[in-house]
Amino acid sequence: MKNICFYFQVHQPFRLKRYRFFDMGNDHYYYDDYLNKHILKKVANRSYLPTNEMIYSLLKEYEGQFKVTFSLTGIFLEQLELYAPDLIKSFKKLAETENVEFLSETYSHSLVSQASPEEFSDQVNLHKHKIESLFGVTPKVFRNTELVYSDQIGEQVVKMGYDTMLAEGAKHVLGWKSPNYLYYNVLNPKLKVLLRNYKLSDDIAFRFSNKSWSEWPLKAEKYQQWLKNTPKGEEFINLFMDYETFGEHQPVESGIHPFFENLVKLVIKDENMGFATPSEISAMHQPVAPLSVPYPSSWADEERDLSAWLGNEMQKEAFKKLYSVRNLVIHAQDSDLAKDYAYLQASDHFYYMSTKFFADQSVHNYFNPYNSPYDAFINYMNVLSDFIIRLEKSTKRIRFQGTPLEELSGETLEAAIHSYEGILKELKKRRVTGKKTDSAAASRTNLPKLASKSTLKSKKEKN
Amino acid sequence: MRVLMFGWEFPPHISGGLGTACYGLTRGLAFRDVDVVFVVPKAYGDEDQSNVELVGASQVPVKKRTIQFSEEVESHQGNRKDRIDKELLYLEIGSRMVPYLSPEEFEHFIRERISGGDLKWTDAFERVVPKKATVSETMGTIDFTGKYGPDLMQEVSNYALIASEIAIEHDFDLIHAHDWLTYPAGIAAKNVSGKPLVVHVHATEFDRTGENYNTIVYDIERSGMEAADLVITVSNLTRNIVVNRYGIDPAKVVTVYNAVEKGEDKLSDPIRKSVDEKVVTFLGRITYQKGPEYFMEAAAKVLKHTDNVRFVMAGSGDLLRKMIRYAARLGITEKFHFTDFLRGPEVDRMFALSDVYVMPSVSEPFGISPLEAMRSNVPVIISKQSGVSEILNHAIKIDFWDVDAMADAIYGLVNYESLSSMFREFGREEVENLKWENAALQIKNHYLKILNPST
Repeated sequence: MKNICFYFQVHQPFRLKRYRFFDMGNDHYYYDDYLNKHILKKVANRSYLPTNEMIYSLLKEYEGQFKVTFSLTGIFLEQLELYAPDLIKSFKKLAETENVEFLSETYSHSLVSQASPEEFSDQVNLHKHKIESLFGVTPKVFRNTELVYSDQIGEQVVKMGYDTMLAEGAKHVLGWKSPNYLYYNVLNPKLKVLLRNYKLSDDIAFRFSNKSWSEWPLKAEKYQQWLKNTPKGEEFINLFMDYETFGEHQPVESGIHPFFENLVKLVIKDENMGFATPSEISAMHQPVAPLSVPYPSSWADEERDLSAWLGNEMQKEAFKKLYSVRNLVIHAQDSDLAKDYAYLQASDHFYYMSTKFFADQSVHNYFNPYNSPYDAFINYMNVLSDFIIRLEKSTKRIRFQGTPLEELSGETLEAAIHSYEGILKELKKRRVTGKKTDSAAASRTNLPKLASKSTLKSKKEKN
Repeated sequence: MRVLMFGWEFPPHISGGLGTACYGLTRGLAFRDVDVVFVVPKAYGDEDQSNVELVGASQVPVKKRTIQFSEEVESHQGNRKDRIDKELLYLEIGSRMVPYLSPEEFEHFIRERISGGDLKWTDAFERVVPKKATVSETMGTIDFTGKYGPDLMQEVSNYALIASEIAIEHDFDLIHAHDWLTYPAGIAAKNVSGKPLVVHVHATEFDRTGENYNTIVYDIERSGMEAADLVITVSNLTRNIVVNRYGIDPAKVVTVYNAVEKGEDKLSDPIRKSVDEKVVTFLGRITYQKGPEYFMEAAAKVLKHTDNVRFVMAGSGDLLRKMIRYAARLGITEKFHFTDFLRGPEVDRMFALSDVYVMPSVSEPFGISPLEAMRSNVPVIISKQSGVSEILNHAIKIDFWDVDAMADAIYGLVNYESLSSMFREFGREEVENLKWENAALQIKNHYLKILNPST
């Protein structure tokens, strides 16, 4: 039996509006509502809605035989709630058939796995709750943004309670090995890894309507033969792609929908073929070998790495600055700030800053609101600067001699430690006689007071 | 292949972009094995006069020189070194036509030569012009403070007359003329020789004057373009003007972008900035076409929000005084500085002191100065209304009127460190790939097409 595993990624970011430096401190709304609504509605009408309908009728017609998998990002779902509630209903209808699996991922479609294990875990949980509340199912298989995977990320994912994760079957990762087997994480064998068959996936996702492709026009019969002709022992094929493949990347006129319908029918008619979801494949098969991916791989571009998001200095500066304030966001306990922080993490913002494809901008220009990566960077940094101003106001940042604690170094850092140690000693003395307080509450409420100038001054005078 | 080229200026006397482009192109053509007879008008001479001869009935002095190009050139494919070895026949013709640019600049040019202790301009000229020469009678009487006077037109037609003499004397396959003052010369040479004519448009009358254009100049430009077998424009922006405003058949108008000479590290002593703030520079003529007021308005916006920056407006022009008053009115004079006219080494010095270069031109056929800035590792902000914006990736492009966008770009470059380092990393490399050898190859291929239309 050869099982076909179709998984579709569905995501749209909250694109930023034009935000000038002189807006900082004045304007705290960052998003281009008109553009976001316009793009979402356009793609919904051309792609999401008709494709959902097609998939729904296939699920009904071949109940229990046809199965598909989706991963919907949290910020995509938020946009549906705002601009296309019909589509939420439509996905719910798919979920009710019980032949649709939903995957777990980061809420924001972020690259947080490269920055902070704590925030990574928080984002995954946030996403899990969103899926649970909307569709009544708990995702069991994890997929990271852009299929970013490395041994270390896999290890973190196990700690979050998952035993299966998706990754790209990149050439530089697999070498001669086939993606049509189950592998396991080299650091923690508990984690099974499903790999994307990039050749067969991209035949549909990228090449389907390309008239200069030698296989054009691609018919379902031919494609089914390709699937069927994979070597005997290979019992499943992972076809992972963006959901926008249907009707957007491959236009409706290319016949992508009838192709898919026919393919589903042919696979079901074939006694030796069927459909499965990632969790089913994970349960059915044993991993054959360890997979070693010391450096992060992804499903993007020729390089299948992170260079489209974190390749140049601008991207690195913005990314570093974004995650440098994570603790402040936690400390602030402010739902507006938390929401903005989630939206600002979307990987798309970093993608727009990529200078990789000045020669070939076709892919990068897709839904890209900026003229150039420089433009994208300046706009993002302006927004992020305002966000940080708000954050600092909100948390009344603790300072030592005028410098925020996070930025202390060298002698001033030593001086601060010395000073605080003195204060702590004083406080501990009091604990013996005074009554016990809730320690967490104490640390949160007392810390700002500790740093107030008068306390520090009096301390100094004593010294 | 041999080209009779009517160009402008040659080292050591280069005062503007036109001369720089002519020199670069000639050098590039030498690399591509094209022979050039290079003809320039020259109204002063502090060099050796021994090989001056007189041409034709008008008794105009002509100085003949041969210039030897001999240098190693880095090849574009890999590290292979190529050589240029070529002799150029260089003819200087006594004429007081100068690369016009602006009346303002012309005045400066004259004043500097006199005050600089050089020979007086008229003296210099008289040395090469025999007393009986008719040309000398028009000396010093040309009114160059307003529009182009009739005397200049006299010069232009005299020059054309000499051009036809030169065309009779020399052997060549085609004619190449740079900008309108030499178009009549090109046409005359074509008429006497029957060889094809290429005119090279570095700027049009619309770029220089906006809508108040001089109809005589316009007519000369148009007749040159019409007589030409091929019109080369320095950008698609200029190509559109040639096609739409001059009504030239688009089939014979092609764009060949300018390049830049490889940067020499001219500054012998490293320049140290004397101010802590970032320096944002405007460098060019202070005229309507260069958009100085947009720069100033952007500066005012930036200064309202950040202290860490100073602005410099370097150059001279008819709007200078107005700009100084404007700065006072905006209340930014403490951080906004004027330098007046800068020359050669001072320009390099200014680039070395700058952290951001802004070219907010309202209309710029090409615009070589941002490339010079990038070559000095200075990030640039350029208007989309410039030809150079068509070929640059590593520059911030804004509409000249979009003061908010300009201010935002300046703020970004001053405050977000990685942005400048990106430009330093990629900008210089991008500019150094704009080679005259490549532009010359394109032009040579166009020559070949004209000479062998069937192939």
